[in-house]
Amino acid sequence: MPKSAIERAAEVTPPAVARRIKGLSDRAIAWIFVTPTIVILLAINIFPLIWTIWLSFTNFRVNRPNNAVEFIGLRNYERILTDPDTWMTMQATAHFLFWTIFFQVLIGFALAYLINKKFKGNDMWTTIIVLPMMLSPAVVGNFWTFLYQPQIGFFNYVVSFFTGVDPTSFSMIGDVSLAPWSIVIVDTWMWTPFVMLICLAGLRSIPDNIYEAAECDRASKWRQFWTITIPMVLPFLMLAILFRGIENFKMFDLVVQLTGGGPGSTTELTSINLKREAFEKWRTGFASAYAVILFVTVFGLASIYVKALNRVKAR
Amino acid sequence: MSFSVNEPSNRQKWGAGILVISYAIITLLPLLWIIATGFKSPADSISYPPKVLFEPSLEGYVNLFTTQTRASEETFEALGDPTTWYDEIVRKKGMVIVGPSRFSERFLNSVIIGFGSTFFAIVLGTAAAYAFSRFRVPLKDDLLFFILSTRMMPPIAVAIPIFLMFRQLGLSDTHAGMILLYTGVNLSLAVWLINGFIDEIPIEYEEAALIDGYTRFQAFYKVVLPQAATGIASTAIFCLIFAWNEYAFAVLLTSGNAQTAPPFIPTIIGVGGFDWPAMAAGATIFLLPVMVFTILLRKHLLSGITFGAVRK
Repeated sequence: MPKSAIERAAEVTPPAVARRIKGLSDRAIAWIFVTPTIVILLAINIFPLIWTIWLSFTNFRVNRPNNAVEFIGLRNYERILTDPDTWMTMQATAHFLFWTIFFQVLIGFALAYLINKKFKGNDMWTTIIVLPMMLSPAVVGNFWTFLYQPQIGFFNYVVSFFTGVDPTSFSMIGDVSLAPWSIVIVDTWMWTPFVMLICLAGLRSIPDNIYEAAECDRASKWRQFWTITIPMVLPFLMLAILFRGIENFKMFDLVVQLTGGGPGSTTELTSINLKREAFEKWRTGFASAYAVILFVTVFGLASIYVKALNRVKAR
Repeated sequence: MSFSVNEPSNRQKWGAGILVISYAIITLLPLLWIIATGFKSPADSISYPPKVLFEPSLEGYVNLFTTQTRASEETFEALGDPTTWYDEIVRKKGMVIVGPSRFSERFLNSVIIGFGSTFFAIVLGTAAAYAFSRFRVPLKDDLLFFILSTRMMPPIAVAIPIFLMFRQLGLSDTHAGMILLYTGVNLSLAVWLINGFIDEIPIEYEEAALIDGYTRFQAFYKVVLPQAATGIASTAIFCLIFAWNEYAFAVLLTSGNAQTAPPFIPTIIGVGGFDWPAMAAGATIFLLPVMVFTILLRKHLLSGITFGAVRK
């Protein structure tokens, strides 16, 4: 068996000398390099998680530190799951998730397909399309409230310009039926480029010779699209959906600035509801149980999805 | 370039180009509108129909950076003539400047916390990624996946215990606390991405260096680091953008001292009614650096996004 360079080097140098030359042993270096990261991740990610789980079984409230903390078992969980408000926010979240992903996949894939035609200057225009996703969601949500103003807003003006509807007759963030769409529109504007970039990577990974072979077999362009392009891009597309799904399930900053969960609770997504419970009503134990439920939901759904994704990839 | 049956025809290219460019322009319009609003006078910003052409004014920017108060005739006379151009703008409304606003402080906080947390995330992340890539670390794959999965938690869910923890340790509303927090959040991404970049560097380079008498440390920073520099740099940009844009933790854990710009900008509007130009000016100053960055570094950023996502 051929020996690696290190082994050969080790053979020709006596152990004591080697230690002096190399300084610390590899194992020591590995520990020195990894430990700070592990410590910080434990402190910022793991320890809080464990604390949340513990709090979720108690009636602790931050604003009443003198009250005795009682262990109340699963009562918080019971209360959340039987609360109709929980299901309202879940519904709002589901609406938001479904439609943002629907539009982002549709537009994102179409854009990637068109950009892949490699017209002149395509990378410059790609960069411009990508701009919104780099911006701060809270600030974006904030300035869209201005664009959505019924009378002075740019959005309403453009809509009325093209449809003839009176711009003052509708208020995107004030109307119960329009508000859920107002957040879908802004999120789509912001995050379609992400789906587009992933699809573009997928399209560029397809080798040309597959199309050439299909051409020799006289497969029509339409047929090539459905039997080559779509299946080859599908794993990438599914990955993009996974990321958008997780991100939008956690969605907080954009929507809290845009609608604040209103009007009523029409756009009250789970994170916004959670913030209300934890930092306005100060029901810490209750909110912790809520947080655990959300985390388990995301983690569970994501794991099932990844299994499905791997099956698609394996095909 | 070789001929390929898959090369789109000129007509296809034109069609695709027109569609993509139209979408890009639609995407750009809201941003341009906000930038333009920053240069409008308050009256122009709320005119109906919305004004596309207007006389530029710096009133929004002056309002953004200063605190003003209404003054009586006598005060004006006592003050004499305005000495600076921004004094003049404010005087026209019957107001006087009483001091700077909080915006520059908040902006500076964003810079300190953004760069500070990026620095630590990259230094620690690179070291950990190198160890993961080159040494046998027990349960390596599980650890890596676990590190990454911590990003699935909604920030608000983590904020509850962090809020309690920071209060105990006296870290709430401090720069150190926010830098620590953002380092923690960014570290998982940094380790994951940089690990991928280092995996791609052939191990033979280091072995050669070790034979030449380099120590492990020397091999690490003289051989591996320069090779991974581009990847590390684009990871740093992602960390910086995350910390720059972050809102949920910032709004819950900071209030006065260490507050960053994202929770502050929406409050600009509250001062003295609806001052849209000042809000737009604040948004412009805050968002423009990111836009310029994105355009300048597009090659690394765009490939970084896909690399990061596809690798996971």
